[in-house]
Amino acid sequence: MIAALVAELPALPLHTAGKYVAGAYVVLFALLLSYVAIMAVRQSRIERELAELLAREQAAAAAEPEPTEPESSVA
Amino acid sequence: MAVALALVFFWVPLEAEQGFLQKIFYVHVPLAIVSLCGFVVGGIFAIAHLRTRRQVWDYRSYVAIHTGLIFGVATLITGSIWAKGSWGHWWVWNEPTLVSFLIVFLLYATYQPLRFAIEDPERQARYASVFAVTAGAFVPLNFIAVRASTAYVHPRVLGATSNLPWQMALTFLVSLAGIALLFTTLCKYELTVKHTRAQLRALRRLAEQRAGTAASASPRPRARSAAPSVHATER
Repeated sequence: MIAALVAELPALPLHTAGKYVAGAYVVLFALLLSYVAIMAVRQSRIERELAELLAREQAAAAAEPEPTEPESSVA
Repeated sequence: MAVALALVFFWVPLEAEQGFLQKIFYVHVPLAIVSLCGFVVGGIFAIAHLRTRRQVWDYRSYVAIHTGLIFGVATLITGSIWAKGSWGHWWVWNEPTLVSFLIVFLLYATYQPLRFAIEDPERQARYASVFAVTAGAFVPLNFIAVRASTAYVHPRVLGATSNLPWQMALTFLVSLAGIALLFTTLCKYELTVKHTRAQLRALRRLAEQRAGTAASASPRPRARSAAPSVHATER
């Protein structure tokens, strides 16, 4: 189906101007990709720090002595 | 963006003079418009910061200008490629639109060093806001001045002299909407990441205080940065 659709589409005149048009669009997508990659690195750092914090808190909670139940006066 | 790309490459007719090269127009001009609007929006947020003194407005202004600068880089590069294909030169110094955009871009390129030069976060935010308001007012003035100039080498897109066929005008508007949405999404993304980071720092401080460590007794000094500090509670 995709092949049939592509066959129906008009051919792009990529002779002389093609490299300039391709260059312009590639630049835009490269910039966009770089930006998203930088943000993804930052986000993964946050995720790592959050996991560290969670592990530390879980370890601290496990190390704390469990509160003892007050003994009932009624036998 | 996907709709815009489909319209650009498979629907809109080729322009009579430039032919296929004119396809750059659908990405270059919206990028320039959105970039300049980003600078103006940064100025408006800076006014809100100066009025309310809330850090969140400073950060919104910073993100708008920062993203505007990235779009500005893309504008300059795509414009240069178009100029090379169309005029045979990467850059033309006697063309007012190009030079004026470069001036605006270079003006905003000093925004980050200005922030970085000031250590005190309060002062940094205040000075950056004053800069953003002043430079933001310069952007429309510059735009008007260029349009009023007599050299019409650069094609006019908006206004009575544009003569765009309706297919081209529609594709241009869809591209503009796509680029504007992209700008908004990137701003929102960066704001969310920064805010999450601030919340994480606040959580870490709280955990350290609960654990009674020595580090919790005195707050960690803020590392010198051009980015404004965001409070975890502000959004």
